[in-house]
Amino acid sequence: MKSVYLDHIAATPIHPLVLEAMLPYLREQYANPQSLHSAGQEAMAALEEAREKTAALVGADGAEIYFTSSGSESNNFAVKGLALAQRDKGNHLVISAVEHQSVLHSAKSLEKLGFVATVVPVDKWGRVDPEEVRKAIRKETVLVSVMLANGEVGTIEPVAEIAGICRGRKVLIHTDAVAAAGNIPVNVKELGVDALSLAAHQFCGPKGAAALYLKKATRILPLIDGGIQEGGRRAGTENVAAIVGLGKAAELAAAEMVPRMSAMTALRNKLMAELPRRVSRVVLTGHSEERLPHLASFCVEFIEGEGMLLSLDMKGISASSGSACTSKALKASHVLLAMGMDHALAQGSLVFSLIEGTTAGDIDYLLEVFPPIIDRLRKMSPLYTKYLEEKGQ
Amino acid sequence: MIYSDKVMEHFTNPRNVGVIKDADGVGQVGNPVCGDMMTFTIKVDDGRLKDIKFQTFGCGAAIAVSSMVSEMAIGKTLEEALEITNTSVAEELGGLPKNKLHCSNLGADALHAAIEDYKKRQESLKRGEPVAAVPHEHKEELEGCYCPYCEGSIEGLDEFCHKCEIELEECPECGKYTKKGDESCVNCGASLHKA
Repeated sequence: MKSVYLDHIAATPIHPLVLEAMLPYLREQYANPQSLHSAGQEAMAALEEAREKTAALVGADGAEIYFTSSGSESNNFAVKGLALAQRDKGNHLVISAVEHQSVLHSAKSLEKLGFVATVVPVDKWGRVDPEEVRKAIRKETVLVSVMLANGEVGTIEPVAEIAGICRGRKVLIHTDAVAAAGNIPVNVKELGVDALSLAAHQFCGPKGAAALYLKKATRILPLIDGGIQEGGRRAGTENVAAIVGLGKAAELAAAEMVPRMSAMTALRNKLMAELPRRVSRVVLTGHSEERLPHLASFCVEFIEGEGMLLSLDMKGISASSGSACTSKALKASHVLLAMGMDHALAQGSLVFSLIEGTTAGDIDYLLEVFPPIIDRLRKMSPLYTKYLEEKGQ
Repeated sequence: MIYSDKVMEHFTNPRNVGVIKDADGVGQVGNPVCGDMMTFTIKVDDGRLKDIKFQTFGCGAAIAVSSMVSEMAIGKTLEEALEITNTSVAEELGGLPKNKLHCSNLGADALHAAIEDYKKRQESLKRGEPVAAVPHEHKEELEGCYCPYCEGSIEGLDEFCHKCEIELEECPECGKYTKKGDESCVNCGASLHKA
């Protein structure tokens, strides 16, 4: 059976050159970078080279990059660490309604410590209005965190504009760029942000390697106390091989960004145009233009996401969904609900995410097997029967 | 795959999908907000379930459960069919993931609702009253989205009942809401937060 992986927002394959760069550090070059001997210093040199490459991907200086274990850790580090370091200044933060759980739940944890979080709304395309952020900022506000691109609906947020507002009010701004970095051009100076999260597994690097960009001279409270790794701001023996992989993946992503983007955008556009044409009552979710080049997201009316995922899986296609049934907590996607989507429609969420290697044949195969799957599930759906009755068929 | 082979088999080839046009009883449980909704229509002949058809909006488990219930119940007397429980359906399917045990496992309830509807219609017929054409809804089985204490609905992402002003959490055993921080689940009695 044909196998088509279209869930690259969850994971990407490790690029062969990335794997090659990593292997020595999983084999013979196992020394601890903090060791004084030359083997240790070689590991340290590899770490610093990776730091420079990661910094270059987002237009930062190497000294501004802190390695972490995941995008979630970077987000926790930024939101909690920056808020807690400024506790004497104020106890208010501003986040958007469509942030990743690692930002939302970090804000919730801070609320238990006496902070107050304002959640700014989004429009029906999932965009934050910078004016809403301006209105939400108070004199006690110490941090604004708005993501650069949403991994569920693909919408790109006006972060540069929001950062401008924050600068004017002397409030720090963090952006969760995990879904964006490595996939679209990201430059911390152009964005004007103080902190930015990125993760290697989003751009053909390994899982378990991520980073937080932190502008020079920005105070942060460490989450992990211990030794002197990462300038004393993130203790723990470094995951050298994974970090080397992050560096190599960043280098490749920066070099191949333009062709990668144009290849994926063309296929994504085809999927976005064709899927609603082949199946009735399918709506695109997220912004139609201001969106990630590799993500096409939809809601299919009258049926539920998990049934679609299982059926697609039986045809060899891997996708994802924001429906309640597909989440462990059995809750519909907070992103879709924040966009004002009806609960029943949000249950029909479906997300396809591409990679440079995705072919036109893959998309054609999806477009071919998709209509009969939907047809079968709709025939089982009481909501579809009701719709047909109301339509008078 | 998160499901047993039996669940996948019923999801792939569900038995008795559809709607009986001149049904003797109609039952409906769940709602699209919770993510699962099932409609059962039944035909009764001489106290036995002669035919059952179902429609389900929901996950793979919900579809498999509906199919399994219909298969287990066809040909049974109404009394026998009422003895089918959500638990026995899950067992017959070779088990379900824990977090699906409540929300998606409503097949027996939907069937029972259809039988109750049939019985009500029979009583109405005996009394010479017009028979209601609306399906019988099994309200008390919607706890997945309702507060277990006041039965008020829990909106969207909230794990908080605004009427009772208590924080709720899902019981990892039965999947229903119970008061956050309690030692045991108010629904199934499972002990929570073991030290």
